[in-house]
Amino acid sequence: MIDPIFLAEAAVNGVLLGGVLALLALGLNLIFGVIDIVWIAYVDLVMLCMYLVYFLVQVYGWPVWAGGLAAVALGAALGIAVHLLIISPILGSAPINQLLATGGLLFFLQSFATFLWTTDHRSVRLSLPSYDLGGIFLPLTRVIPFAISILALVALYLFLTRTFVGTAIRAVSQDREAMGLMGANPHRIYLVTSAVGGLMAGLAGALLIFLYSVHPFFGGQLGPLTFMICVLGGLGNMVGAFVASFIMSEIISIAGVLWSTEMGYVIAFVVFIVMIFVRPGGILARRG
Amino acid sequence: MLTVTNLTKRFGGFTALNEVSFEVNEGEILGLIGPNGSGKTTAFNCISGALRPSSGSITFQGREIAGLTPDAVCHLGIARTFQIPRPFRKLSIVENVAVAAHYGAAERTGEAEARRRAAKILDLVGLPADPEASPMLLGAGGLKKLELARALATGPRLLLADESLGGLDPAEMAGAAEMLKRVRRELEVTIVWVEHIMATLMRIVDRVVVLDHGEKIAEGAPREVAEDPRVVEAYLGEKIVLA
Repeated sequence: MIDPIFLAEAAVNGVLLGGVLALLALGLNLIFGVIDIVWIAYVDLVMLCMYLVYFLVQVYGWPVWAGGLAAVALGAALGIAVHLLIISPILGSAPINQLLATGGLLFFLQSFATFLWTTDHRSVRLSLPSYDLGGIFLPLTRVIPFAISILALVALYLFLTRTFVGTAIRAVSQDREAMGLMGANPHRIYLVTSAVGGLMAGLAGALLIFLYSVHPFFGGQLGPLTFMICVLGGLGNMVGAFVASFIMSEIISIAGVLWSTEMGYVIAFVVFIVMIFVRPGGILARRG
Repeated sequence: MLTVTNLTKRFGGFTALNEVSFEVNEGEILGLIGPNGSGKTTAFNCISGALRPSSGSITFQGREIAGLTPDAVCHLGIARTFQIPRPFRKLSIVENVAVAAHYGAAERTGEAEARRRAAKILDLVGLPADPEASPMLLGAGGLKKLELARALATGPRLLLADESLGGLDPAEMAGAAEMLKRVRRELEVTIVWVEHIMATLMRIVDRVVVLDHGEKIAEGAPREVAEDPRVVEAYLGEKIVLA
């Protein structure tokens, strides 16, 4: 029998991981909810931002916060670039073309990253203290990314609900044509949405580089999990994706302690497949 | 104020509007009527920028607007309502109107001013200004009011009202018709009104344009138009009753 303290620690670790996963999933889900396009290469943009932090901090000796801010800026710029260069020209075409285009971007980024930086795993390790909370081990390297993620998600929530731009983003996600008739240019709203989604990818990258090592195929490591969370939460459903992030991270974390990390992913995917049959519209969707 | 000249819209081999011309004078309420499929809503879509005309010209206050995007047309001062209300269901009633007031204004007036205008419009159409109230709680009449409020919040000089009476009971219909008159009076808005329910429309409008199969078949005062044999025929002999 496993010591309950390990389970408790796994549960806490699940929460800490869930915060960063939620950041990833909500960035992707925001773009899908508004523009109706799944950026297959979303986590590959995160990968680029992780490399930026690695080079700035580890190679050029920038302070961590400056590297992180640079990654956020790069993420927003990438979001705008992806929308203008790839999405905008094919907005009106069949959804399969949009999937293929962002899927093509994924292979382009993976190959280009391999060419530039080889397949070496690179990481930035910080030596921060850990706390012992009644036997539960709390490393600050995990607590700080969690706290920053939650703050960013609160900021996103306030942006979407308290500002006119955020309200317009929610309005366009419901009825693009009607919002045009209310005088808002939907394409400008799309651009803002892509920038915000990219900014979240940049922030996720700036946090993930302290938890995982980066390599050109990092997108394959967290990409499927991110999509799974979005589908489980309901595509475009922000609250659903937030809840689903923690469900998935807890399964992975607790099953990882009971069996093994690999088994944690297996169980997470089994739960996902079952849930897709039981609640195809997402965990928070109304039945019917 | 609005001049439509030889407006034609084809969808593939189907001609929805064929060389239609009419004029809207400042300050009037013009009824645009015709049987199902006669091209009324297509005309609205061309004017509001949702559709690009195949040929012809649409000028508003002397400016060519055919082919402009909906947001550009909105900023020039033309707003429209939809036949079936399309509120942003996940936004509150106040947010629905405020976002229209903010983005629809020809020049950005700031958030406080947009909220103030939204509150004024909600008061005019008779909807509660409760910041939390959701459009999901509104009935057919309330949704029509919200549809109208959202269009008016953009500060139009010309309102295109698409079937403002559809789905309402007789009491609500009379109220909605009175509402359009009040809107014209208090906001000095010119109105083009598309409607199926003729009796109410004929009582309110100053002039009528009748479309059938995408062509204009009559134009004039309600009483003359109702007796026009081509109009009677278009409506399959259905007598247009004037109160």
